[in-house]
Amino acid sequence: MKIENSTDTSKRKFLGGAALTAGIVIAPGVMLQTVQAKPDDQAVTNKVRWGMLIDTNKCADDCTDCVTACNTEQGLTGHNRPETDVQFIRKVKLKDKNTGHVKTLPVMCQHCETAPCVDVCPTGASFKRKDGIVLVDKHICIGCRYCMMACPYKARSFVHEDVQDQKDHNPRGKGTVESCTMCVHKVDKGENPACVTACNKEHKAMYFGDLNDANSEISKRLKEHGGKQIRADLGLNPGVRYQGV
Amino acid sequence: MVSWFQKNLQKLMLVATVMLLATSVNVNAEVVGPTVPKGKGEQCVEPTDVMRKDHMEFMKHQRDETMHNGIRTKKHALKECISCHVQEDDKGQVARFGEDGHFCSSCHNYAGVNIDCFQCHADRPQELIGKGHKIKPHHTADFKDKTVNKEMLQALTKVSK
Amino acid sequence: MKLIRYSSIDGNSTGYWGIMALFAGFILAALGSSYYMEHHGHYVTGMTNQIVWGLPHVFAVFLIVAASGALNIASIASVFNKKAYKPLARLSAVLAIALLAGGLMVLVLDLGRPDRLIIAATIYNFKSIFAWNMILYSGFMGIVGVYIWTMMDNSVGKYNRVAGISAFVWRLLLTTGTGSIFGFLVARQGYDAAIMAPMFVIMSFAFGLAIFLLVLMSLYNGTQRELGDAIVLRLRKLLGVFVAAILYFVAVFHLTNLYATEHHGVEAFILRDGGIFTQLFWAQVVVGGLIPLALIYAPMLQKCRKSLGLASVLVVVGGLIQMYVIIIGGQAYPLELFPGMEVSSSFFDGVVNSYSPTLPELMLGLGGVAVSLIAITLAVKALDLLPVSMADAVADPHHKD
Repeated sequence: MKIENSTDTSKRKFLGGAALTAGIVIAPGVMLQTVQAKPDDQAVTNKVRWGMLIDTNKCADDCTDCVTACNTEQGLTGHNRPETDVQFIRKVKLKDKNTGHVKTLPVMCQHCETAPCVDVCPTGASFKRKDGIVLVDKHICIGCRYCMMACPYKARSFVHEDVQDQKDHNPRGKGTVESCTMCVHKVDKGENPACVTACNKEHKAMYFGDLNDANSEISKRLKEHGGKQIRADLGLNPGVRYQGV
Repeated sequence: MVSWFQKNLQKLMLVATVMLLATSVNVNAEVVGPTVPKGKGEQCVEPTDVMRKDHMEFMKHQRDETMHNGIRTKKHALKECISCHVQEDDKGQVARFGEDGHFCSSCHNYAGVNIDCFQCHADRPQELIGKGHKIKPHHTADFKDKTVNKEMLQALTKVSK
Repeated sequence: MKLIRYSSIDGNSTGYWGIMALFAGFILAALGSSYYMEHHGHYVTGMTNQIVWGLPHVFAVFLIVAASGALNIASIASVFNKKAYKPLARLSAVLAIALLAGGLMVLVLDLGRPDRLIIAATIYNFKSIFAWNMILYSGFMGIVGVYIWTMMDNSVGKYNRVAGISAFVWRLLLTTGTGSIFGFLVARQGYDAAIMAPMFVIMSFAFGLAIFLLVLMSLYNGTQRELGDAIVLRLRKLLGVFVAAILYFVAVFHLTNLYATEHHGVEAFILRDGGIFTQLFWAQVVVGGLIPLALIYAPMLQKCRKSLGLASVLVVVGGLIQMYVIIIGGQAYPLELFPGMEVSSSFFDGVVNSYSPTLPELMLGLGGVAVSLIAITLAVKALDLLPVSMADAVADPHHKD
């Protein structure tokens, strides 16, 4: 145990002051980022609740940039077998039976607050992180597919064949279940999910941020224009909200 | 009538046992054991004897911390282990998991202890993917590093009016 | 009622070994199928991201439901004190364990990661009814094991009633849990109904008794032991009541759904527009319900055992069909993500999902049946399960000498 002496404290005060000044100068630049990076050794807390907002009025009918970006980022390989190939995110086309109005929107794991997939998983492999992201712990997934039965949004896929050369931030393998991770590996570094980044290049229909922070862009937009949840009647309080449906 | 074999059975068995044991000795080493390929750098993050005994404990603890709490420290992360321990050999080849030249397999094949990490995790660093020979995965239709590209997606998402 | 003597069967005839060989063949095929599916991955099966539970689950759930029902005969004796059923209690309990073993084997071998069974047995999420079912299934084996012990060992015979009541309560919990696997799924139109749990309990009564009857009659025929008319008539009438009860529950389930406009889509699908699923549903009602009732209650057939055997076979077939319609039909009908909208996507939203079962799935399911049957065939040879005679003079409490 070191014992402080007077020369050390004055050095510390100087360094502290310098750091404070630097912080004041740098901080505005950091705030401009959508999200704050979390230090590697810090556990996530429920102070933050990550969510997404999709403005379907800006979502272009023939655009699949979010899907392509996700598949590339997460290393999702297809085998030309659409019935068993994995899809984390997909574009859904809606046609109102009464009015004939057509629109498209992306659907992915809705990261529900009370997720049915988390409730039904027998081993607890399907779980919700404290910051709201719903994930599959593939180390204890036994591949029973009960979560796929339970999900109201058909968000989950089962890996039907051997996989190799996985991305190191998205390990995936035969016999386990997987779904959109909200790019948790990017979120923890303070970046946006890949789909949001890709959408921001052109149509800018997708937003990502902290639902618990009233000053975040996503919260401000939700407050101004409202936001609907798919199957809100189920009371699951998903973290993904839609405008324009 | 007692044959030569029956008379010398004990001696024959002794010779056979010694010959069998000899096959397990490494030509270069003085002790019996696997040949473990060298990793990057001088020293692992933990001393060798600690790692030999406890590497599964470190990895299992780290994986739960990362998955459930988002703790992404590098010291015991599998990604970092692989980035040091799985390297190209002098011929520019990268061994695949299951082959004796792969760091993890060198011991695990020898000890006969099965691990399933690489059913989900890539068995080599990202920058080395594509180097060396491929393992043909079991019966997946013409793999060839196919990613779902834009044209295929548009064909799949095209809906009839 | 005279004192009942139990004895094991000889099990030396060509017929016995022939049947064992047949079962063993099916089991080998099932193991091979399971290896094939696990080695290549599930893309070789008909199960997809849309129909995630297929033919193996149909067989597995049927066997598990029937297992709890097979225990009924023993429960009627121990819990409800009906002496006439007491001689059959041993066979009933052992058959229950055999059927459960077969069902569980199929369920486990179909998992994506069956090598992780230890994890499933040790790490539990107690909010999941699936996790509770694991405990209920293994507990059932234990409790019924103790129950059989009290039936066969005189020194613990006095605990027979307590064991019987515990087994009966446990078995009701088990079937309730199995039905709740589907009843708790809020997401799908075909499930999300509280009635699923009691409906499964009633289904277990009929399926279990039908299988018990078939096993009983085959064993007594095969070993030329006497099976009196009195006990057969009792079992016949019981089966009739249970089949009628299933029809009642199915009727209430669908009529209630029809009352709510929200459910008209899925009801139209099952009852009218679902193609193969509609055909199967009505087949279940007629072949699995109405025809067996006719066979059971027809006045001129009351002494005819062949008609009872046929009725039991039809109940079993109807049961498998019912499981198929519930499990696969429930997944075939699309999820209602956007009510009132026409939905389409690259991930099969908004369309009725198709399912073509493959041979490995069928062989795995049949292998489970074979495991159950081989278990009971071995058990009656190894243990004194069967009364030497079930003739009326011996087994009927009301027999007048």
